[in-house]
Amino acid sequence: MSTSNISRRNFLRAAGLTGTALCLGLYFPASSKESEVFNAGDEEASGIELNSWIKIDKDGKVTLVDHRAEMGQGSYQSVPQILAEELEVDLNNVNIVFARGDKKYGNQITGGSSTIRGSYKNLLKLGATARVMLIQAAANKWAVPATECYAESGHVIHRPSGKKFHYGELVETASKLETPKNVPLKKISEYKLIRKPLHRQDTPLKTNGAAVFGLDFRLPGMLYAVVERNPRLRGKVKSFDDAAALKVPGVKRVFKVQMLVYSTIREGVAVVATSTWAAMQGRKALHVEWDDTGFEHLSTAEIYSRQNQELQTKEGLSFRKVGDPDNLLKNAAKKLDVVYETPYQAHSAMEPLNCVAHYQDSKIEIWGPIQAPDWVQDFITTQFNMPKDKVIVNMTFLGGGFGRKAFLDYPHEATLISKEMGAPVMVVWSREDDVRQGPFRPGISYRAEGVVDSGNISAIKFRMAGQNLDHWQGGKKDKANGSTTEGFLEPYFKTIKNISFADVPFETPIPTMWWRSVYASTNGFAFESFMDEMAHAAGKDPLDFRRQYLPEDRLQRLINKMEEVSGWKSREKNGGYGVAMTECFSSTVGQIVKVSKTAAGKIKVDHVWAVMDCGWYVNPDIIKAQVEGSILMALGAATIQEITFKDGLAQQHNFYDYKMPRITDMPPIDVYVMDNAEDAGGVGEPGLPAFSPALTNAIFDLTGKRIRKLPFDMNAV
Amino acid sequence: MISLNVNQKAYQVDADPNMPLLWVIRDIIGLTGTKYGCGVAQCGACVVHLNGEAVRSCVTKVSRAEGQQVTTIEGLSANNDHPAQVAWNEENVPQCGYCHSGQIMSAAVLLRDNPNPTDEDIDNAMAGNICRCGTYLRIRKAIHTAAELQRKEVKS
Ligand code: FES
Ligand code: FES
Repeated sequence: MSTSNISRRNFLRAAGLTGTALCLGLYFPASSKESEVFNAGDEEASGIELNSWIKIDKDGKVTLVDHRAEMGQGSYQSVPQILAEELEVDLNNVNIVFARGDKKYGNQITGGSSTIRGSYKNLLKLGATARVMLIQAAANKWAVPATECYAESGHVIHRPSGKKFHYGELVETASKLETPKNVPLKKISEYKLIRKPLHRQDTPLKTNGAAVFGLDFRLPGMLYAVVERNPRLRGKVKSFDDAAALKVPGVKRVFKVQMLVYSTIREGVAVVATSTWAAMQGRKALHVEWDDTGFEHLSTAEIYSRQNQELQTKEGLSFRKVGDPDNLLKNAAKKLDVVYETPYQAHSAMEPLNCVAHYQDSKIEIWGPIQAPDWVQDFITTQFNMPKDKVIVNMTFLGGGFGRKAFLDYPHEATLISKEMGAPVMVVWSREDDVRQGPFRPGISYRAEGVVDSGNISAIKFRMAGQNLDHWQGGKKDKANGSTTEGFLEPYFKTIKNISFADVPFETPIPTMWWRSVYASTNGFAFESFMDEMAHAAGKDPLDFRRQYLPEDRLQRLINKMEEVSGWKSREKNGGYGVAMTECFSSTVGQIVKVSKTAAGKIKVDHVWAVMDCGWYVNPDIIKAQVEGSILMALGAATIQEITFKDGLAQQHNFYDYKMPRITDMPPIDVYVMDNAEDAGGVGEPGLPAFSPALTNAIFDLTGKRIRKLPFDMNAV
Repeated sequence: MISLNVNQKAYQVDADPNMPLLWVIRDIIGLTGTKYGCGVAQCGACVVHLNGEAVRSCVTKVSRAEGQQVTTIEGLSANNDHPAQVAWNEENVPQCGYCHSGQIMSAAVLLRDNPNPTDEDIDNAMAGNICRCGTYLRIRKAIHTAAELQRKEVKS
């Protein structure tokens, strides 16, 4: 049943005002951060919109809504795990459904590792409110005080008599009750589900082919399209010859399509056919002439030589400054002054981009691997001038996202093609499209200067030069990149008395966007490599050096944990140990990497110890999996992957030249999750940034060689 | 018309004999458990069994499968209970899950040919399957678990 974008009357009918289901939703008042819980009955009275996370039918079947995308990070498990805890239902017996894009769910963009940290308080409250109402309903039916009743496993039980109702028997009564305010929430020590390493509810679907990813979605009469897009983003179609393409059996039509990448039009020629393969064959037979004039065609060498040059000659836009590092640097007898370089990357989610759109005169419906269904709904509404409630955006499972599927270009293009065809169409991106067309993670250069005085930091100055994602989204050109310090631990600003960060503006025509952990993924390498260089210059143990500058209890505990689990204190001198610590989306992660050299002279990662402090958490096994995956992704980006450009074109094509780490590259990893009751931080991304500096710091420890440019070849250090 | 046998079921498909088995299975027969990841034999997302052997369906022409036995992830077991499937659930292997149809189909052949694989055997057999989410540690662990389950099955 759909509960979004339907008329209020239908909603009331669907949601159970007729007494067939208890349906709770959150209302997010624009003006306040506090949300109120209402049941469906309140909508009439207060005239507000609402939607549902929890639905219980008369047979007791519980349906829980995952309002965020499931792209591997575990929302399909963790959102219901929170709801079920307070609702007191057995997670193995609930039905889990994805929400559609709808502002009733608040912010749905599954990015910034925000699902749990952004929603957990509301989800707890929703579950608890439903439980309290069900208990009250039972008490009313039995005419006993609610305090004599409790909820367990989808039932309300009357303690003195042992009588019980299943939730289905109570929904009708409960749905007529007034929604209680300020319901009591459990203490952490009372949790039965939260903080437990429960098996994920989506695993069975992912071991027998049942999970429906975007590419698996089917509609009757659906056509398949591929698009020959200009890989230079700004190039225009001068002409195209479709004669041979149209002769390919199954190919229906060939036409030009213009989609938006931010506010730039990307042109392409769509080939629409009866199967993916026919469309791909048609594309091969297509000949397009491009007009690639009017913008610069850059090479990788040009990009880095320019941005590195800027770092030597410009101060840039100040982002943050404490004390007066410039003065100290000017007068220092000895200083460190180094440049770090990080590469462009493609996202390369295992499931290539795709989207199904069905444009009809009266409505547009979209299905796909979509990280931001609410953004897509807003965007399509504007682009096609359709009432918002007639734009329905559905999420399938995502075969990985990493930020790329939080974009609007591919649903836009699919809708344009469906409109042109007057039929439902799936647009399939090839692996080559994914690798070559971006938007990419920008490759950033950093200049780091520092002064050490009698074993202590006296000044640090960081400057970054690289493409600023803010600029694609209308950010002001005279403002420093909003993520200039992303990844850096905030407490350093208190203990390092002279420190500054600046962004030296740099632009290219190459499209760029967020990639797992965003700027922390590159900043972290520069910040934590430099911290290691400073520790070395100060003649201090690199872990103790961080301990000295991070006096907060919470961070001290994390450092102690890293020290303990890795055997840091008893390690061999120059035994190949490296450390790094980064902050990302409100979580701190410390990693210790141990490397050695093989007989053949190749660097081998012997072990990784990762400690995650994400505060309040839901499922420790999912956290471990996310950190393992983040480390592997970082290993690939640090050692084997780079998108390079020549004449404005990405030079890589597919997994044979944009290589992925394999099972043989996977290092042993131990992940530890800190136990505390602090506010929740992110999980999906924060495990990534610390790995590459911990690795290169370990290599320095072993070999004395400082690696300042990624990627580097582990076979040739 | 090409005659195919997929998961013990006979199909007559109207397809270009050059069309890769992957797209016949997905777009014509409509079994979507077999995945497209690269199309060029690099990632293993598309692995199916042809007469019991693992092949990359993205580079296997449908004509090559004519009259042969094709098994996809949907046909590996009746109830998601092949030892590899059970072990994958036990060890919480999948993240996004997209690669795992192919991973499991590769692992199933390994487990048949080598009921007691070492880490090295696993690495050799599984090196053709990419997992972008980085579930490799768990894949290794699950294959050991599956081998154990398989031994127990044989005994009982
Ligand atoms: S899709 Fe066949 S190996 Fe990648
Ligand atoms: S689980 Fe996502 S690619 Fe393997």
